[in-house]
Amino acid sequence: MTEKPLNRPSRKRATRAMDGALMLLIVLLVVQVWLLMASVEAWLAGHSDVAAPAAIMSALLFAGCLGLLLLALRAERGARLSRPGKSRLP
Amino acid sequence: MSEQNQQPANDARLWREEFPVEAAEQGHVERRQFGKFLVLTSGAMLMGQLWLVAKDWFAKSTKAAWPRRVVAKEGEIAVGQAKVFTYPGPQDNCLLVRLGETEYVAYRQKCTHLSCAVIYSAAHRRLECPCHEGYFSIDDGRVLQGPPPRPLPKVELEVRDGQLIATGILHLGEGTDD
Repeated sequence: MTEKPLNRPSRKRATRAMDGALMLLIVLLVVQVWLLMASVEAWLAGHSDVAAPAAIMSALLFAGCLGLLLLALRAERGARLSRPGKSRLP
Repeated sequence: MSEQNQQPANDARLWREEFPVEAAEQGHVERRQFGKFLVLTSGAMLMGQLWLVAKDWFAKSTKAAWPRRVVAKEGEIAVGQAKVFTYPGPQDNCLLVRLGETEYVAYRQKCTHLSCAVIYSAAHRRLECPCHEGYFSIDDGRVLQGPPPRPLPKVELEVRDGQLIATGILHLGEGTDD
């Protein structure tokens, strides 16, 4: 079965959306790793008051990561459903 | 004849079960799995942060005051000499140093870099970590040189009835940690 040219842009768009989401996810994850390292370091130095704000920030970053992934998955699913005869996800 | 026709159909179904993803979709599946892995890792980082909060909260809610413990008798060690003792737990080695006739200081012996045991250098009047040449001030435990990221925690001492009593642990720049 050959793909119709009409569907290629949507597939490309989905791929691009997923790539962009992955890039942002990596950036958010690096920030989160740094945040954990910094707060452990501060906690070991006796500054225990940083633990709670850092946890709130980390929760926001996690929510951002989850939201990004869900958005990208939705975009991908939308593109796949628009292809004739390819309604089932692999 | 019908059996011969059925055989290729079965093979095709088996093949489809073995390889459910088309080559064109492979990139999407890999991206999706990688994205899920990243989000799971993000969740693990969040768990780490929550563990830190829980540990801090648990430590604050259950911690009693630091124990008072006799660590040495006054005059037990000579000026410029040091003695190892444990405080507050039996695994927490500390170093007591006599700087003058009536001047004593004590610090945790564990280097804040990689936990090597620090020793007192009377010649240089500082605490030295022999592993990576990290030096700490004998006056307040701050880092003078080397890789240690934090000062040495100081053991609060009290002299009473000719005995040196440890009463708490002090981090540089903060009040008594109790």
